[in-house]
Amino acid sequence: MAPVNEIDFGTPPSLSEDMVDVVIDGQTISVPAGTSILRAAQTIGAAIPKLCATDSLQAFGSCRLCLVEVEGRAGAPASCTTPVAPGMVVRTQTAQLSKLRRGVMELYISDHPLDCLTCAANGDCELQDMAGAVGLRDVRYGYEGENHLDLPCDESNPYFAFDPSKCIVCSRCVRACDEVQGTFALTVRDRGFSSQVTASQSESFLESECVSCGACVQACPTAALTEKAVIAIGQPARYVVTTCAYCGVGCTFKAEMRGEDLVRMVPYKEGKANRGHSCVKGRFAWGYATHKERILNPMIRGSIQEPWREVSWSEAIAYAASEFKRIQGKYGRGAVGGITSSRCTNEETYLVQKMVRAAFRNNNVDTCARVCHSPTGYGLKTTLGTSAGTQDFDSVRQCDVMVVIGANPTDGHPVFASRMKQRLRQGAKLIVIDPRRIDLVRAPHVEAVHHLPLRPGTNVAVLTAMAHVIVTEGLVDESFVHARCELDAFEFWAEFVSRPENSPEATQAYTGVDANELRAAARLYATGGAAAIYYGLGVTEHSQGSTAVMAIANLAMATGNLGKPGCGVNPLRGQNNVQGACDMGSFPHEVSGYRHISDDATRAVFEELWGVELDAEPGLRIPNMLDAAVEGDFKGLYVQGEDILQSDPNTRHVAAGLAAMECVVVHDLFLNETATYAHVFLPGSTFLEKDGTFTNAERRIQRVRKVMAPRNGYADWEITQLLANALGCPMNYGHPSEIMREISAVTPTFEGVTYERLDELGSVQWPCDAAAPEGTPVMHVDGFVRGKGKFVVTEYVPTEEKIGPRFPLLLTTGRILSQYNVGAQTRRTANVAWHHEDVLEIHPHDAEDRGIRDGDWVKLNSRAGATTLRARITDRVAPGVVYTTFHHPGTQANVVTTEHSDWATNCPEYKVTAVQVARSNGPSDWQTDYVLKARRSRSVAPVEPAE
Amino acid sequence: MTPRIFVPGDAAAVAVGADDVATAITSEAARRGVPVQIVRNGSRGVFELETLVEIETTTGRVGYGPIYPDDVGSLMDGGFLLGSAHPKRIGRPESLPFLARQTRLTFARCGLTDPFSLDDYRANGGLTGLEKALRMGPSQIVATIKASGLRGRGGAGFPAGIKWESVRAAANPRKYVVCNADEGDSGTFADRMLLEGDPFLLIEGMIIAGLATGAAEGFIYVRSEYPHAVVAIRKAVDIARASGLLGASAAGGVFPFDIEVRVGAGAYVCGEETALLESLEGKRGQVRAKPPLPAHAGLFGRPTLVNNVLTLAAAPFILAEGADAYASLGFGRSRGTLPVQIAGDVRNGGLFETPFGMTLAELVDDVGGGTLSGRAVRAVQVGGPLGAYFPRALFDTPLDYEAFAAKEGLIGHGGVVVFNDTVDMGQQARFALEFCAVESCGKCTPCRIGSVRGVETLDRILAGDRPEANLAVLNDLCETMALGSLCALGGLTPYPVRSALKHFAEDFGAAPHARADVPQDRSWRQ
Repeated sequence: MAPVNEIDFGTPPSLSEDMVDVVIDGQTISVPAGTSILRAAQTIGAAIPKLCATDSLQAFGSCRLCLVEVEGRAGAPASCTTPVAPGMVVRTQTAQLSKLRRGVMELYISDHPLDCLTCAANGDCELQDMAGAVGLRDVRYGYEGENHLDLPCDESNPYFAFDPSKCIVCSRCVRACDEVQGTFALTVRDRGFSSQVTASQSESFLESECVSCGACVQACPTAALTEKAVIAIGQPARYVVTTCAYCGVGCTFKAEMRGEDLVRMVPYKEGKANRGHSCVKGRFAWGYATHKERILNPMIRGSIQEPWREVSWSEAIAYAASEFKRIQGKYGRGAVGGITSSRCTNEETYLVQKMVRAAFRNNNVDTCARVCHSPTGYGLKTTLGTSAGTQDFDSVRQCDVMVVIGANPTDGHPVFASRMKQRLRQGAKLIVIDPRRIDLVRAPHVEAVHHLPLRPGTNVAVLTAMAHVIVTEGLVDESFVHARCELDAFEFWAEFVSRPENSPEATQAYTGVDANELRAAARLYATGGAAAIYYGLGVTEHSQGSTAVMAIANLAMATGNLGKPGCGVNPLRGQNNVQGACDMGSFPHEVSGYRHISDDATRAVFEELWGVELDAEPGLRIPNMLDAAVEGDFKGLYVQGEDILQSDPNTRHVAAGLAAMECVVVHDLFLNETATYAHVFLPGSTFLEKDGTFTNAERRIQRVRKVMAPRNGYADWEITQLLANALGCPMNYGHPSEIMREISAVTPTFEGVTYERLDELGSVQWPCDAAAPEGTPVMHVDGFVRGKGKFVVTEYVPTEEKIGPRFPLLLTTGRILSQYNVGAQTRRTANVAWHHEDVLEIHPHDAEDRGIRDGDWVKLNSRAGATTLRARITDRVAPGVVYTTFHHPGTQANVVTTEHSDWATNCPEYKVTAVQVARSNGPSDWQTDYVLKARRSRSVAPVEPAE
Repeated sequence: MTPRIFVPGDAAAVAVGADDVATAITSEAARRGVPVQIVRNGSRGVFELETLVEIETTTGRVGYGPIYPDDVGSLMDGGFLLGSAHPKRIGRPESLPFLARQTRLTFARCGLTDPFSLDDYRANGGLTGLEKALRMGPSQIVATIKASGLRGRGGAGFPAGIKWESVRAAANPRKYVVCNADEGDSGTFADRMLLEGDPFLLIEGMIIAGLATGAAEGFIYVRSEYPHAVVAIRKAVDIARASGLLGASAAGGVFPFDIEVRVGAGAYVCGEETALLESLEGKRGQVRAKPPLPAHAGLFGRPTLVNNVLTLAAAPFILAEGADAYASLGFGRSRGTLPVQIAGDVRNGGLFETPFGMTLAELVDDVGGGTLSGRAVRAVQVGGPLGAYFPRALFDTPLDYEAFAAKEGLIGHGGVVVFNDTVDMGQQARFALEFCAVESCGKCTPCRIGSVRGVETLDRILAGDRPEANLAVLNDLCETMALGSLCALGGLTPYPVRSALKHFAEDFGAAPHARADVPQDRSWRQ
């Protein structure tokens, strides 16, 4: 698919519903009030020359090329900053205007290098285009005057270069950083002719506050800011629209290609999740696809002590299939299972669970959502009736109050964070509930009204205390509750939350949240207009994760903040397709569309289609599989695109489970940590190498399009299909669209989803069926999916993970902007420039007590294990709380985390671990051993020379 | 009664030794055991007489000037405390022709009263306008301003009443009144004199503006180059607040209005109203595109009335005496008075408030008394560094916005700078472009790059390098700047350049004047 070139309308669209008639170059046109003349003219194809205007940014009026003549007005107003007025008569092309525009261009070119032929932007340069458009033929000033041609180029950023000699000071980069990204890292320093774009306080881009989102590069009309890949490779020749494979925001990109080479990723303006924006990962960090450590050939080995042996695809598949059959024959049908990947496509995920159910003939399938958002599925299904967020991202534009709890959007969901910040700068109020002072608490032109720095593990108490305030202070939206919710349950719940022990004053002692501050926050949430709750893994990854999700749903129901724009319950999904993986039936108890496996009617649909009988009993969850393996009952595992050794809790337990298995098949891009224990390695394909769909955090199903052939030979869905066939389960899909056809046939909420419709609409939010053929941006509009909303009593039960004399600090974990999850991808890109190791954040008081200085090696100890990393002293964390990320296998933060998990879903309690921190001389024994072991297990036997 | 002696505290007087004079009088009086009370009044604006010391006598004020510290002894000897004769005695200051010819509405009290005495202010007619305004509704106040014909005195001459009406009508609970005291035009000093000499007048004007527009907060943006004015207006605001004139219940408990004084950071362009607002918001002083007009979305995005010091200071008179009293004065569509500031090579430099309509010849020759050097007047620049240079042939132009515009000139803020026949108009044109280059905010291309190319092109012309071709380039550049620039800085720079080219073409010839007395300084950029 190659859509036509995107038109730049020069200024953003007006949202006014009033229409205004104007005459432009003799043509009458009706446009929304507030539309600029520039935009109005472009809609009738009258392209007015422009340089500082672009439709992702507010009009600025600096280049003075878009001047027009307006009847009855003196002078030549700039068409970008002048809105249309009723009856206005505009001329965009006159002799006077031509002369003026040439005059302006003549000035620009008098201070610009004349190296167009060798310039990286040659052919994609608006300055060049405009010189042509205005008919500039001569620069009468000559080129000997004052100029900026000798300014040095800043190449510090790994992905783009800033060449100030080519800068025309249009401020598009500065404005993109301000308006789109919201980081305010760029500015223009000095004034007049000395004006110069600069990062932060005249620092290099790398050292500055720049977060390398690339919005500035995209906005630059010249070669002043250029991707290094464009400099190295040249201008792209074509592009394919596809979906990012990093976080759950689901940004749409144009993959700009030159032959088979990907030159750059440019966020697509029509992308409904990202609206033309991106982050450092999506735009730049795709180099892992060609990283030298990527495995391209299948490999097998008899035991994990042996080196790997490269084999043909047929041998690898046959070996894996025979092993699974052997194990099932020896240990029983239930001794094998599979894990689907939240990073693979819906179609691929569907195939893996189909293979488990139809070829393994059991329900031992689970997915990495187990360790992140399984409580979301449980909690929202129980209260509202559906296992997904209630809104679309666009909803944030109408939000008046945002509650961010247990999420760090500027790092984890940066593109959506930028959209949040846009709304916050417009005046929406922000409440942050997080143990840590995340960036959103205070960012340029954004400041939380309330930050409730709770003790890790007390989410439920804080949320229930908010409910206490709302109920006891009479802030419940009675009419909503009466019309939309089960009244008995509501009254039971209201009585419960009203109890004195749930008051902010009573809970303050163990939550650490100031009661007055909590009361004020609750009042603001209940009375501040459309209020939305955005939450992340800081809510779910607790022993009461599901309870906390239900507490959030309770708050939204009690205040009527559901079923309309600007509000809702909004889980920020971690991985690109974690929503989709759940939707596709990756859980042991559910088939696609969250229907229980024990339901005969549901099972019958699949049994008829697949021609096999399905097991009615739910299968094993990941932790159960590992437990069973340790106990000797579970012997074979197929893991697609997930590194459970690094990402799952209590690493040593995971390792023990894997070591006890007889056949571990890892299907991945790299020899990840889990592969250390694998017997078969099936090389995977990247998102650039296959077709399919991802479903983002707002239930938006979006196309992934193949831009290049799989370097490993097969797309992942083809590999699963090969294995299924070898196991005796026939699959004959010719294209992922055929898999989607099957998914929509068996899944009511996907009934209307086809590749044709996706191509036509760009994307669709499920449910998509006859009632909502174009999808459902906002759910529960007229009623809840489950009928009446159900309030659930959320009694706070403290985690068993408690601090004590041995482990006096609480560890909570999270992620950072430049790295993604276990880092398998991002660690293999230049993103390591920003984050090359995990560090432990510790409060100055706690550091001083332990004699720890900034940058010291420290040992982090818990009941489960110990690891060593460097300390960063910061008051971002409260005293008594330490924080780290889990991006680097050398740190193995999950060695420390425990086996505690959510009572309902087994989602691990990553966010609370009692620890001790002490100065250390270097890596722990475990780490040293592990490094050696991992190195050994990655060795590949040299290929024997052909005879 | 202890005699009151007036020694101006105005920066212009201080610059020629007024502080030393005051000290000398105090110590001399102490030495002689004579009790004196010194009042540091504003300046009368007769600069040739500064330091102009006045003594209050039973028959009125008697002036002596110019007084230097050395004169104090002889003044005391001569009994000046009684208004006695002295070679420097000038009699009643009001009788000086320079003052007698004026119609002082805005500057009625400047130089007369103690700038920091609210009692003095009230005793001399102050607060009458506010009292009347308090009995009117916002619409009626705005209607009065409209009827007076008052136009913005900052330079653009936009009808003040319409601006006030726009802000009044804007639906927003929070609005602002911003006083532009970033007086940066060469040869102007009226704002400074008023800030130092009669600050309560500005405060009263701003309170009236707040009443009329519904704003509860006012800002006065003063340039950093006016340290004395900053001190003075801050002191006056404090006094006004302490007296209940400003504050949560301003004007004696009627409505909330307070004023904050903010100081610029040395950028001429911050006198442009939108750049001023950016600077007030704490950002770099960069011009905003209009629309939106500040009246609709100004300071912090709220409806904002931005007026010059003189515009706001005209309001109390208009309210006190009625719109007709103001509108009856003037010429054409330029109503009321203009505080003209006469400077340059001129005998009688100073502040001259007069109704619109006086010709340039009257101002320069009669009021100004010709050049101080005695040389012939060659050119006059009216309206600051962006004003046109008028030759004697245009001296019949009356002070009137439209009349000046018809001759490709402007009145601006009322600065008049007189040049004698040694002036090199080539260098003056060059200075205009150089000024623009130095002061450009850098936002728009015509101003940012055009001003630099203009200097370079003019240098070529003055050096005799293909003068005809380069003059064509310069003319085209002037057109690009005039029509293409974002604000008046780049847009008006062509005025001095074109007027110099048009009226003084001989200074741009292939063989430029070799003038030993005019330094040929080309190091215009540091």
